[in-house]
Amino acid sequence: MKTNWKYLMQIFCSFFKIGPVTFGGGYAMIPMIEREVVERRKWVKTKDVSEIFAIAESVPGAIAINSATFIGFRLAGVRGAIAAMTGVLIPTFLIVVALSILFLFVKDNPYVESAFVAIRASIVALILFAAYKIGLTAVYDKTTVVITAFTVGILFFLHLHPVLIILSGIGVGVLVVKIKDWFGIVTRLEKDEEIKTNE
Amino acid sequence: MVLLELFWTFLMIGFVSFGGGYAMIPVIEMEVSNHGWMTTQEFTDVIAIAGMSPGPIATNSAIFVGYQTAGIYGAIVSALGMVIPSLLIILIIASFFFRFNELRLVKSAFYGLRPIITGLIIYAALRFAITNNVVGSISWQSLSLAMIFGLSFFALIKLRLHPIYVILISGITGVVLY
Repeated sequence: MKTNWKYLMQIFCSFFKIGPVTFGGGYAMIPMIEREVVERRKWVKTKDVSEIFAIAESVPGAIAINSATFIGFRLAGVRGAIAAMTGVLIPTFLIVVALSILFLFVKDNPYVESAFVAIRASIVALILFAAYKIGLTAVYDKTTVVITAFTVGILFFLHLHPVLIILSGIGVGVLVVKIKDWFGIVTRLEKDEEIKTNE
Repeated sequence: MVLLELFWTFLMIGFVSFGGGYAMIPVIEMEVSNHGWMTTQEFTDVIAIAGMSPGPIATNSAIFVGYQTAGIYGAIVSALGMVIPSLLIILIIASFFFRFNELRLVKSAFYGLRPIITGLIIYAALRFAITNNVVGSISWQSLSLAMIFGLSFFALIKLRLHPIYVILISGITGVVLY
């Protein structure tokens, strides 16, 4: 297969442009990616793009990087995937490095120090807000409430490694659903999933 | 070899970063303090910077940690560590193009995974609250920090204020107060 460098460059540039203008985490990039690849470039159809985002969300990693990689792959194989991924990553990378350098310079300034005393308190609020948002779709029945409470308790008192906890989550989910099936209890696997009786 | 350690650490985190963004904060925090790269308080500042930068929070934090620990090469290996797992997994899924997220087994895995991620983030909030004196001691500072926390949370949840403004406003408040 001949490599079409011009096409790869186009993929790279499309995602490169999206990076620097989207503040507020990966999700903020989603509408931008959609506009670029669906409306401007017409690379992906509207009905396919939501499926790509759904898959990008369920594999490990940032949703923005994942969906860029996925779209890149569909356009031009492994090379396309790499072009799209580096395109989305490089601007962010440079900006973060620049901000890190800036922060290391100013962090001992008394004004910056006192600003950060207060900022740390609102970071706690930001994290709790993230938990609230994810909780809206994650915690909706007795089982999920219990799992959430257990996780907090185990982390707080046993100091297990979070990676172990995450991996155990996969097993817990499969096991709990199996057990509930066995007892004939219907589990809604997603918050807005319809129970399959009226089909 | 600190570069190798950074790469390996973020590679491992990259493979489990389900839920993205804030879900990975406690994982990165624990690794970073276990390795002695940063204190929890320093890491809180990293999140502030990562939240103010464009792009994904978890990847940004990894880049910042990498840079502070081992300069520009540290930043590069940390970023690579975070994205290589995503690349590999997506290549596998996309080349088979199987709708793995619609399988009942995968759905039940996520049924357990999602609340665990929620718990993980709640725990992170608790831990950060304690190390940054938002709760714990009864002093004027601790009380005012709890106020800032409460107001920020209110602004995010009720006023739907963008996180960047919350960080900026509380920064200005900090300069005035402390």
